[in-house]
Amino acid sequence: MAVLLDRHTRLIVQGLTGREGTFHAKTAAAYGTQVVGGVTPGKGGTTHEGWPIFNTVHDAVRETGANASVIFVPPPFAADAVMESADAGVALVVCITEGIPTMDMLKAMTFMKEKPTRLIGPNCPGIITAGQAKAGIIPGHICREGRIGIVSKSGTLTYEAIHQLSRQGMGQTTCIGIGGDPLIGTSFIDALKLFKADADTEAVIMIGEIGGTAEQEAAAYIAHEFRKPVVGFIAGQTAPPGRRMGHAGAIIAGGQGTAAEKMDALARAGVHVVKSPADMGAKMREVLG
Amino acid sequence: MKIHEYQAKAVLARFGVPVPRGDVVFSAAEAGEVARRLGGSVVVVKAQIHAGGRGKGGGVKLAKSPDEAEQIARQMIGMTLVTHQTGPEGRKVGRVLVEEGLQIDRELYLSIVLDRASARPVIICSAAGGMDIEEVAAKEPEKILREAIDPGTGIIPFQSRKLAFGMGLASGPANKLVKLLEAVYKAFVETDASMIEVNPLILTKGGDLLALDAKVSFDDNALYRHPDLRDFRDLAEEDPLEVEASKFSLNYIRLDGNIGCMVNGAGLAMATMDIIKLAGGEPANFLDVGGGANAEQIKNAFRILMADQNVKAVLINIFGGILRCDVLAQGVILAVTELGVRVPIVIRMEGTNVEEGKRLLRESGLNFTTADSMGEAAEKVVGLARGK
Repeated sequence: MAVLLDRHTRLIVQGLTGREGTFHAKTAAAYGTQVVGGVTPGKGGTTHEGWPIFNTVHDAVRETGANASVIFVPPPFAADAVMESADAGVALVVCITEGIPTMDMLKAMTFMKEKPTRLIGPNCPGIITAGQAKAGIIPGHICREGRIGIVSKSGTLTYEAIHQLSRQGMGQTTCIGIGGDPLIGTSFIDALKLFKADADTEAVIMIGEIGGTAEQEAAAYIAHEFRKPVVGFIAGQTAPPGRRMGHAGAIIAGGQGTAAEKMDALARAGVHVVKSPADMGAKMREVLG
Repeated sequence: MKIHEYQAKAVLARFGVPVPRGDVVFSAAEAGEVARRLGGSVVVVKAQIHAGGRGKGGGVKLAKSPDEAEQIARQMIGMTLVTHQTGPEGRKVGRVLVEEGLQIDRELYLSIVLDRASARPVIICSAAGGMDIEEVAAKEPEKILREAIDPGTGIIPFQSRKLAFGMGLASGPANKLVKLLEAVYKAFVETDASMIEVNPLILTKGGDLLALDAKVSFDDNALYRHPDLRDFRDLAEEDPLEVEASKFSLNYIRLDGNIGCMVNGAGLAMATMDIIKLAGGEPANFLDVGGGANAEQIKNAFRILMADQNVKAVLINIFGGILRCDVLAQGVILAVTELGVRVPIVIRMEGTNVEEGKRLLRESGLNFTTADSMGEAAEKVVGLARGK
C-alpha cells in the first residue's frame, strides 16, 4: 500500500526540459514511475525525450490526467511553480529546488492554505515508494520493498538510513524527504499521520536536525497518537549556535532548536533515539526483534 | 547575511522608522567631526561588530565633548572586542558609530521573525527592553507579547494597539508605535529580512519612539534581488576560509577541532561531525560539497580544508546518489596529488559506482585508509589524528 505515491501515480515534471529535470524524469521512469509529461512555459506543443511538453500545469493536467508533480525549477521561479500546480488541482506536489526565498514560500504557503494539495519540500530529495515509483532524486537502486517508513529533513542521511536498513535485511514502504527549509509543506506530524494510517508500515525512522521546533511538535504527537515504533536521530549535536549549517532552516537561534532539546523531547515521547547516525539500522533491528 | 548596527538603522530609516541622528566613521578624527556636527551635551560611541553584548565588553561609551569622542574612538578602532557572542578570540573593531545622546524614559523590546509552525511572521514586543530577551522569556514569560501577521493583510492597526497598550504606553506613543510597526513590517517583507530586532526601542522623555539599537539579517536566498543590500556585506567579519569557500559554492564553516571533514549533503555533514565527537575527536569544520560536485570542486574543497593548519587528519564521507563514487575518487586522487596533502585521509563512500570508486583509490598508489561504515570511519580518523 505505502503512502503518497505508487505505481498508479501519474507524474508530471515541472522543468522537465532542463538538465536536472531531464535526468530525474528518466531515472523516475526507469524505476517504474508513470511519467506522463512535462511543463516548460514557452515550449508547449513540443516533445522532449518522448514526453509531451505543456505551457501550463492546467494544460498538462487536462491532457495527461496527472495527479502529481515534481518541480526542478530554478529558485526564483519555484514558488510560482508550486502555486501553479496547486491551482491546477494537482494532489501531490514535490518541490526539489533548494534556495527559494523564504518570502516566496510564505506567499505560497498562504496561497495553499485553502487548497487540498499536499506539498512536499522544498529543498528536499523527494519521495520514493520502494519498488513502485519515485518523485525526486532518491536513488532507486538503494531501496528495497519492506515495512519501514522514513521521514527526514536530510537527503543523504535518508540514503544512509536506507542503506543501514538494507544491511539489517529490512526494506522500506515509503521514504519522505520533507526538506531542510524553515517553511515546508509537509511536517513530521503530517508524514507520521500518513504512516499511522498505512497498514504496510510497521515502524518509522525519523531524522531531524537542529533549528525550529518541528521535532518537539512531532514528539508531542507521537506521545499521544502514534503507537508504531519510531527510531529517531537528530543531526547537529555538535553544531555551533548562530550558524546556518547548510540547510536554510538548520540554525540554533536564541538558544532554541538545539539537538539536545529535540532528542530529549523525542526520548520522553518513547522514540528510540540514537546518538550515533551509524546506529539507526541496528536500533530498528533491535526494536523489531 | 548579517549586517552592522548602523547599516540596519539605515535600512529601517529608509522605511520610516525613527532612529537617532549619527554617522559611522573609520577614524578618530572623523569621530570628533561627527560629534561636533551633532552638538548636544553628550554623544555615544558604539563599536560596530557583528556580535551582541558590546556594552559589557567596553564597546559602547558616552562622550561629553567632541574631543572625548575622538579619544574614545581612537581607543576603540583597532581594538579587539570580546563579548559573550564573539568567543574568546574576539573581533577587531574597524568602524564606530557616533550618535546623539537621548533622554530615555523607557526601554522596550521589538522584533519580527518568522514563525515556522504557523508559517507567519510574528511581531514580538516586551516592556522589558534593553535586556537579553531570552532571559526575559525564561523568567517572566508574561512580559513577552506576540502578534502573528497574516501575510495577506499585513499588520493591522489594532494588532499594534494591542502591543502598545500591552506594554503600558499612553495613547500618544501608542499611535506612534502603530506607524513604527507598519514601517518595520514593511522593511521586513520588502528587504527579505530573516530577522529584525530593535532592542531597545526607546521612549524618550519627549514622548518619541526611536530604535536605539537594531539588528537585521537577510535571507541569503533572496539576496539576488537586492543588489543594494549585498553591498552591506563586511568580509572582515567573516572567516577568510569561509569567504574563500563561498566563492566556489562550498558550504564550509570553520570549527575548533583537528579533524577535517568532507561530506555531501548538509544533514550527513552535521551527522559526520557528531559521530567524530562521539568517537572522541573534534571536527575542524562543517563542509557540504553538494550533490553535483565534480573533480574540480573536490579539489577546491581539499584546498580549503588543508588551509586550516589545525587539521591533522581528514574524513571523507560520501553517500553517492547523483554524485558518483568514481567521480569523487578521481577528485580526491587529483587533489591529494596536486596539492601534496600529507595528513592521513580516511574515506568512507557508499552508493552509486562505489566499487569503481574503491578500485580507483586502491590502484592510485596513495595511502588512503578506507572504511565500510560511518562508525568505523570515525574510529579510524580519530585514531589517526592522535598519531596512532
